[in-house]
Amino acid sequence: MKTEQTAILQGTLDMLILRSLLAGEMHGLGVSRRIEQLTGGTFSVKPGSLFPALHRMEEEGWISAFWGDSENNRRAKYYRLTKAGRKQLEVETQKWGRISWAIARALEAS
Amino acid sequence: MPLLVKTRSFLRNLLFFGRRDSDLDQEIRSHLEMLIEENLRAGMPPKEAQRAARIELGGSEQVKEQVREARLGNWLRSVVSDCHFGIRQLRKNPGFAAVAIVTLAMAVGANAVVFGVLNALILHPLHLPDAETLYEIQHGNEDSLYQSYPDYLDLRDRNHSFDGLAACNGAEANLDSGENPYRAWLYEVSGNYFDVLGVQPYLGRVFHTSDEHGANSAPYIVLSYASWHTRFQDDRGAVGRTVQLNKHAFTIVGVAPPEFHGTLAFFNPDFFVPIVNQEQVDGENLLDTRGKRWVFVTLGHLRAGVTQAQATSDLNSIGSYLEKTYPKDDDQRSFTLARPGLYGDYLGKPVRAFMTALMLLAGLILLAACANLGSLFAARAADRSREVALRLALGATRARVMRQLFTEAVLLSLMGGAVGLLGSLVLLRGLSVWQPFSKFPIHLPVNPDTNVYAVALLLALTSGFLFGAVPVRQVLRTDPYEIVKSGTVGKVGRKITVRDVLLGMQIALCAVLVTSSMVAVRGLERSLRGNFGFEPLNLTLADTDLHMAGYNGDDVAEMQRRMIDVTETIPGVTSVGLISAMPLVSRGYTGSLIFTDETPDLRPSNAAADAFLFSVSPGYFQAVGTALLMGRTITWHDDKNAPRVAMINQEFARKTFGSPTKAMGRYFKQRDGTRIQVVGIVEDGKYNNLTEDPQPAMFVSILQTPSSQTYLAIRSERDLAQLVPAIRSTVQQLDPGLPLYIEPCRKQMNTVLFPSRMAAMSLGVLGGMGAMLSITGIFGIAAYSVTKRLRELGIRMALGAQRKEVLVAALGRAIKLLAFGSATGLLLGILASRVLSSIVYQATPRDPLVLAGVVLAMALLGMLATWIPARRALSIDPAILLREE
Repeated sequence: MKTEQTAILQGTLDMLILRSLLAGEMHGLGVSRRIEQLTGGTFSVKPGSLFPALHRMEEEGWISAFWGDSENNRRAKYYRLTKAGRKQLEVETQKWGRISWAIARALEAS
Repeated sequence: MPLLVKTRSFLRNLLFFGRRDSDLDQEIRSHLEMLIEENLRAGMPPKEAQRAARIELGGSEQVKEQVREARLGNWLRSVVSDCHFGIRQLRKNPGFAAVAIVTLAMAVGANAVVFGVLNALILHPLHLPDAETLYEIQHGNEDSLYQSYPDYLDLRDRNHSFDGLAACNGAEANLDSGENPYRAWLYEVSGNYFDVLGVQPYLGRVFHTSDEHGANSAPYIVLSYASWHTRFQDDRGAVGRTVQLNKHAFTIVGVAPPEFHGTLAFFNPDFFVPIVNQEQVDGENLLDTRGKRWVFVTLGHLRAGVTQAQATSDLNSIGSYLEKTYPKDDDQRSFTLARPGLYGDYLGKPVRAFMTALMLLAGLILLAACANLGSLFAARAADRSREVALRLALGATRARVMRQLFTEAVLLSLMGGAVGLLGSLVLLRGLSVWQPFSKFPIHLPVNPDTNVYAVALLLALTSGFLFGAVPVRQVLRTDPYEIVKSGTVGKVGRKITVRDVLLGMQIALCAVLVTSSMVAVRGLERSLRGNFGFEPLNLTLADTDLHMAGYNGDDVAEMQRRMIDVTETIPGVTSVGLISAMPLVSRGYTGSLIFTDETPDLRPSNAAADAFLFSVSPGYFQAVGTALLMGRTITWHDDKNAPRVAMINQEFARKTFGSPTKAMGRYFKQRDGTRIQVVGIVEDGKYNNLTEDPQPAMFVSILQTPSSQTYLAIRSERDLAQLVPAIRSTVQQLDPGLPLYIEPCRKQMNTVLFPSRMAAMSLGVLGGMGAMLSITGIFGIAAYSVTKRLRELGIRMALGAQRKEVLVAALGRAIKLLAFGSATGLLLGILASRVLSSIVYQATPRDPLVLAGVVLAMALLGMLATWIPARRALSIDPAILLREE
């Protein structure tokens, strides 16, 4: 457990979930750990935000779900990226790029 | 295809909710277990591992609820669960639910019925294509539509505003199709009638302008669908058959479509004949007489782009041309347009005014019902404040709690609305098959259509939201902490609340309705006992039209004399008289212009009076019981060869000569210049309707002014069951083919009593509903205040308060409201009765019986409403009550 954890920025959760699923199919806990890992422990996702987001994105058709066995032979629900999800990730990544560039510029300006 | 994916998810969420939910359950559980395993692997002791995992998960129920809320279709599902919960709540309190549903059912039902009639009579009186551009032509200076036939032709041919102008006139004739001849009602219509209206035949063909080749050139009949169905048993072979109409051969050429009933909303003719054949129907050729106005209605579609004002000025320029060209016949011709279906403004105006007033009243009743239910709802919300507080404490948002309350309100209103609509449908269907007058084909075509359903639904929903909104403030102010801690806090307010004002208004409204219905009933009762200028009791009328039976010229008078003679011989008959048209019974008589003897120029504007003209036999006045005030009556010597004489009523004498004494023996002139001498004065009577002002009337000898229309007035105290067949067999011995209609005079007068009957009935029904609403309202407020103040009342009783004091404390407010509301309502009712006096004979609220009746009714109502709360207040046992708290 890291001490300096921050709540996920509004609107970036979807992007982070999609990004973490790029590595392959995984269950909810896996997604959560992967996001921590990807962000160097800066962001942690609480189940109260993670699961609603997963279900909503499944309904949007960006990810699909199936039941499988976990590494400890436990039944778990796995999520995998769909074609539409990959497209969505591209869209969000581009958007985020623009935003972070703009914010950085704003902060650098004197 | 994102939409497709979303739709699939939406449906899956709705249809497989159970599987989706257990799926979710499993997912969260496995997530928790994986968290625990993770912690174990990290070296935590099992207990600690579980605790940390649970903390990280943060409440599995909450997570699940958050997922559910994120799902598509969640809103719909929660509405469904609100409905389930609402129904459960209502089941728990069936009394409340029943009161609410019954109240709403009555209020919505009343609105649906009134709207149904309004819709049928005023909004859509005729089921014709493009009805919105259809207009009738009425005279500018009087509420009448009658035109002479030559005037109609000029209007038709000279106007530039109408796409064809059609004419029609109602008439009665004897139709003999080979088996049992009967008196039928028909329309005489212009050749272009069906084409102008855009009516296509159901069978065969209709008439066209090309059928008209002068008087009696088109002996054709188009049957109405209804008479083809009842009289010809849907026989397709009827088309092409020749029938006898008043003993003239006519050919049935077609059948009109089922939805077409002519151009008067409430009058269904049996068939249509061309107007050029009117002589064979009416017995007198009126096609070339410009001075006689008899064509009942002229109507047509305005041309595209022509405004009403343009059409009116176009018609008026024709009017001034007619005035100039035919000064003797048409000296005041101005025209206006009127909506079709209700005979211009003559019927249209009062019907529209009455229906609008009824609709307004019904709306007020619905509002009152909403106010009542609103306060019941508020009381219930107060009772449920613990539940509401608990839900708020458990994290429900206020919006969610309110949505629950609104769901209940709308559920109730929909149930009430459905019951009300059902009831109103039954009533409307009953009304539309009802024929108030056996002799006339008059009915109310009020079959409900989609408009009625839509309005009922809309009203039900609106009222649901209205009364559901009453407790909103209360819920918004709920402080869960205080309520859960200390239970309901009853605040005894002293100030006047909105609820009080609403209830006061409602009681006032109820008092208005009770007052006006009592005024109407009293007026009706008075009109039954009123002075009509004749005595309808024990008077039987036998009427026929001798022209229909083929009598013409001198044969008519001869036959009439024989009819009187044989009727007088019937045992039990005391006197018999004959008149061309019975006052207050037949509607066929028209005015006749009267000029003083000194007037040289007999144009209509110089007339001294417009008097009703009746042809009577000797003995008429004795038979009907009209008092002879001066002079003599008509005798059999006043025949064609004798000088023309007349008896006039007092009003005629006053108007033309100044006074009855001055009138005796004097002469006056008719339109055609005939000089008539006044030989007798009779009392004034009512002729057209019961609310009319005194009208001038004259009675001339039937030998001097013959009429084939014949009413035998027979006075006898014999039992009707024997008298009617005796009259029939005696008269028909003279001529078996004579169409004869026999009924007691009282019954035939139903037509003139109809408006006041309807007014009394509808006001009575509305008054009853208003009373019921007030009772629930007062009951609600009284019961509520007793509940709220139980503790206080208990303490008062323990301290020695008397029963009277307890009652005053508990019910004082309700009683004060009742008294105040009733007084206001009574005052308003007295004002409203002025309107009533145009419909109901001698309607006046300044009648001690009415005033006493209203006060008594309101007092009774108050006692009924406060009975149960009063009993409850008196039965308080302070000991038990104080111990409980």
